[in-house]
Amino acid sequence: MTALDAPTTDAVVGVTKLRKEDAHLVTGRTRWTDNVQLPGLLHVALVRSPMAHARVTDVDVSAALEQPGVVAAYTGADLVEHWSGGLPCAWPVTEDMRSPVHLPIATDEVRHVGDAVAVVVARTRYQAADATEFVVVDYEPLPVVTDMEAALADGADLADSTLDSNECFTWPMVNGDIDAAFDGAAHVVTRRFVNQRLIPTAIEPRAVVCAPPRDQREFTMWSATQIPHILRLMLALTCGVPEHELRVIAPDVGGGFGSKLNVYAEEAICLVLAKLLDQPVKWTESRTEGYVATIHGRDQVQDLSIALDEDGRIRGLKAKLLADMGAYLQLVTPGVPLLGAFMFNAIYKMDALSFECTGVFTNKTPTDAYRGAGRPEATYAIERLIDEAAHEIGMEPFELRERNWIKHEEFPYETIAGITYDSGNYEAATARAKEMFDYDGLRAEQARRRESGDKVQLGIGISTFTEMCGLAPSRVLGSLSYGAGGWEHASVRMLATGKVEVVTGTSPHGQGHVTAWSQIAAQALGVPYEDVEVRHGDTAVAHKGMDTYGSRSLVVGGYAVQVACDKVVAKAKRVAAHMLEASEDDLEFDRGTFSVRGSPDASRTIQDVALAVFAAHDYPEDMEPSLDSDATVDPENFSYPHGTHLAAVEVDTETGMVHLRDYVAVDDVGKVINPQIVEGQVHGGLAQGIAQALFEEAVYDAEGNLVTGSLVDYYVPSAADLPTFRTDRTETPATSNPLGVKGVGEAGTIASTPAIMNAVVDALRPMGINDVPMPASPRNVWETIQSAAPPVGGDKASGATNGGAA
Amino acid sequence: MTVDGQACDDDVEPRLLLVHYLRDVLGKTGTNVGCDTSNCGACTVHLDGDSVKSCTVLTVQADGAEVATIEGLAQPPTDGDATSGWHPLQKAFHAEHGLQCGYCTPGMIMSSMDLLGRNPSPSEEDVRHGLEGNLCRCTGYVNIVRSVLRAAAELRGETVGDADEGGIGEADVVSDPEHEEQLENLEVAP
Repeated sequence: MTALDAPTTDAVVGVTKLRKEDAHLVTGRTRWTDNVQLPGLLHVALVRSPMAHARVTDVDVSAALEQPGVVAAYTGADLVEHWSGGLPCAWPVTEDMRSPVHLPIATDEVRHVGDAVAVVVARTRYQAADATEFVVVDYEPLPVVTDMEAALADGADLADSTLDSNECFTWPMVNGDIDAAFDGAAHVVTRRFVNQRLIPTAIEPRAVVCAPPRDQREFTMWSATQIPHILRLMLALTCGVPEHELRVIAPDVGGGFGSKLNVYAEEAICLVLAKLLDQPVKWTESRTEGYVATIHGRDQVQDLSIALDEDGRIRGLKAKLLADMGAYLQLVTPGVPLLGAFMFNAIYKMDALSFECTGVFTNKTPTDAYRGAGRPEATYAIERLIDEAAHEIGMEPFELRERNWIKHEEFPYETIAGITYDSGNYEAATARAKEMFDYDGLRAEQARRRESGDKVQLGIGISTFTEMCGLAPSRVLGSLSYGAGGWEHASVRMLATGKVEVVTGTSPHGQGHVTAWSQIAAQALGVPYEDVEVRHGDTAVAHKGMDTYGSRSLVVGGYAVQVACDKVVAKAKRVAAHMLEASEDDLEFDRGTFSVRGSPDASRTIQDVALAVFAAHDYPEDMEPSLDSDATVDPENFSYPHGTHLAAVEVDTETGMVHLRDYVAVDDVGKVINPQIVEGQVHGGLAQGIAQALFEEAVYDAEGNLVTGSLVDYYVPSAADLPTFRTDRTETPATSNPLGVKGVGEAGTIASTPAIMNAVVDALRPMGINDVPMPASPRNVWETIQSAAPPVGGDKASGATNGGAA
Repeated sequence: MTVDGQACDDDVEPRLLLVHYLRDVLGKTGTNVGCDTSNCGACTVHLDGDSVKSCTVLTVQADGAEVATIEGLAQPPTDGDATSGWHPLQKAFHAEHGLQCGYCTPGMIMSSMDLLGRNPSPSEEDVRHGLEGNLCRCTGYVNIVRSVLRAAAELRGETVGDADEGGIGEADVVSDPEHEEQLENLEVAP
C-alpha cells in the first residue's frame, strides 16, 4: 500500500477512491482521437466561408488538386448525393418548426462564417491546409442578420433565403390563471435580461478519424464526441451506411460541456470520404476553426414580469424569450431554451406561470446545449429577478426567497410548471451557506463601506437554485417531441476468476465513470474495487447506450449498473443455494459471501460461484450457466439537485474592476458515490458559471464576423482569475433511483452566474443601478456606472463620473 | 536533438512546429495541442530545462536542444506499484484530483515543474499566477493548485497526507425524508 491508496474500508460507495482513469493521463499514454495513426492515413482540411451570408456562385477545386500531396478535393455539389437530407436535428419542438436543410458542405448558399464550402484531402496535415488556399470560391453577398429583434420585424432580411421568415418556432406554455395572478397584484416587477452567447471551449479540439472496411464490412470512426451511440445512429440515417456496418469509438475525450453532444458536418464528411477514397482519413480542428464550426451556447433575450402580494408572496411569473438558433439547427438546438420552461419557477411556489419562447435564425454559428442547456439561462433570470423584486418591495433578499420557496416538509411537490420535485431541503442548505459565508458579518461590512463612500464597494450575491437533470424519463421526452428516449444500459459480467467487467452506455470525457461505476459494482457485488473494470465509448463493446450529457450518467447510467449487479447477485444466490444445498430463502449475502443463516461456516463467496458457473458441472437445472446480466433503466422522474451559493465581490467604482473575494457553495446532490469527484464537478461547474458572469462573451460585428474568434479575444479564465471555492453539501436522497443520487455536472454552472451578478448589482445598487450587462467586465461595469444617475445626497458616484469620461 | 533522453535526427521542413514533430514524426502523442494562439498551454514541454509552448517553437529552433515531455517524466516503478516511479507532480495530480478529462494535464504538469524549479515554496497566489498561461476547462483550478502545493511539499521532503476532499466528504445535514420505503420498493423498468 502506498500513500496514494485510499484507506481500505468496508464501504466502497460514499468514500473517495482515487481515479482509475488517471494513470495514462498523467503519464502521457493517452488515446485522443488526434493521436490515431493508421497506415495510409490521409488528412482532411475544409475551406470555410469568410462571409456570414452569401450566395456561392462558383467553387473551383482544380488548382488545389495540382498541389503537392493532394489526393482529392470536392465541392459541396460533388458530395451532396451522399447526405441529401442534411445533418439531423432530433428535436422538432413544434409541428410547424422551420428547419433549413443543413448540408455538411454548402452548395449554393453559406449562412455563417465558417460554413464549409469545399474539402481537400492530402497526405499530410500541412499539405491539406496549404491546398485549401488554392480553392477558388465566388461569393455574392446577401444581407446579414445578426440581431434577433430586427430579424423578427416585418420585411426583415432573411438569414436563409430558402425560408419565408427568420422565426424558427414559437412555443408557449401557460399554467394557472396568469391574468388573475397579475390583476390586482400589489407589486409587478419587470425586467429584461440578456444571456450572452458563449463558446464552450473544451480544451481538446474536436477531431475525427474514419477508416473504411477491411476484414469486416464495417467502417470505424474515432471521434472526440460525448455521444458515440447517438452519432452512430444519426450517421447511419444521414449518410446511408447501415447502422450495423458502422462502429464509433469515443476514445479519450478531452472535455465536452455539450460542444461534443452533436452530429457534426466533419463526422459526416470523414465517413463519406473514407467510403469514396477507400482510405482512412483524419480531420482535427484548430481552435480558431472550432470557434466558428463548433456549437455555441446560451444567447437569449429574456423579458420577465413577476407579480407579488403586498407581503412578498409570488402570485405569478411571465417569461418571454428570444433564443438565437444561429444559422442552422444542430442536434438539439431548438429544445435547449425550452428546458427553461420548467425552470423559471425554480424553487418557488406560485399560482401561475406563463412561458413563451421564440427561436430565431441569424447568420451566426448554431447554438446548442452548453453546460446546463436552458437551465442556466432560466435560473439566471429568476434569481436576478427575485433580487430585483426584493429591492423594489424593500425586503431582504433571503426573506423574500424563504417566504416563497417550497418547504422541506412539502416534498414531493408538484410545481406550477407541472413537474414533481421529489426531495430537497432549501432551509438546510441555506442555513449552512450563510454560516460558512458569515453572511451577517459581510452585510455589516457592506453597510460600513457604503456609509464611508469607499471607492471599492462590497456586493453580496445569493443564488438559491435548483435544476432538473438526469436526462431523462423517456415518456417525458416523448411528450416534448424529443427524437429519442432517455434510458441507459449496463452489462455486468462475472468472469471465471471472479473479476468483473462492467459495460456502460454512458460515455465519459472527464467525469470519472470508470472509478465511480467500479465503486457501485464493487459495493453491490462485494468484490474488491480493484477487481472491476469498466468499458465504455465503443459501440462494438458497449452495444447500447444514450451517452453522456444533461447530468445523466450517474442517475441513469449508474442506476443501470446497480440494477445489473443486483441481477447478477440474484443469479449467484441461486447457484450458491444449490452449492450449499440450502434454500435461497435461508441465504444471506454480505460483502461478497453467501452464507446459510445460522450456519456461518456454510458459505460460498461470489467468486466461488463465478468459477462454479464457468465450469458448469453442477448448477440449478432451470437456469443458464451465466453470471452475466444486462439492465436498461428508464427513471420515472428527473433528479433535482439544489443548493445555496453565496458570492462576495469587490467592485472598484473608479475602474469597473470586479474582484471575486469569496465564494461559498452548499450543494445538495443527494447521496454521493465519490466525494472527491463530486467536489471536482462542483469546482469546474462554478468556474464556467463565473466565467459567464465575469469574463466570457462571443461577440459578432454587424457583418456577422466573430470578433472573439480565438482564445486571444475570448476570455477563458485562468487560475489567476479565480479564487479557491469553499464547498459543503447537504443530503436529501433522490427517490428516482436506488442509489439516491442526483446529477452534479451542471449544478455549479447553473448556480454561480446569478450569484455573481447579484453580487455585482448589489455592490452598485446605491448608485441607482439595477442591472449590469454580462459579462461584468471592467468596461461593462464602468460604462454602467457612467450612465447611472448620481445618487441623491451622495457624491461618490459623481466623483467617479468626474474622473472618468467627463 | 534529444527528446526524453532519446537522440532524434530528422530532416524537417523549416516551418514544422515542434509539437507536430513530437506528435506526428516521433509519435510522442503525450503532448497535446489545444489552441493555435499560444494561450492554452496544453503543448508545454521543456526546451533545455525551460518550459515552452511547443506550438510556438519551430522544430529547427530546437536543433541540438534537449526536449523533455510528459512521457519522459516518470521513472520505472521501484516496486510492484506502477505509481512508485511517478514524479511527485504526477502523484499529486492523481491524489488531489487535479485532472478530469486530462487534456491540459501534460502542459499543466510541465509548467508546474518549471514553476517549482524556480520557486520551491510557492504560495497559493504564486501557483495561480505561475500557471496563468495554462488553461483548464474542467477543474476550476482549485484541485490543480492543491496538486502543485502538494507536489512542492513532497519535493521539499515533507510528508504529505491524504487528499483533500474539501467540504464535500461528509454532508453537513442529512435529511432522509419519508422516502426510504419508496426507495426500497423502486421497481426496475421491465
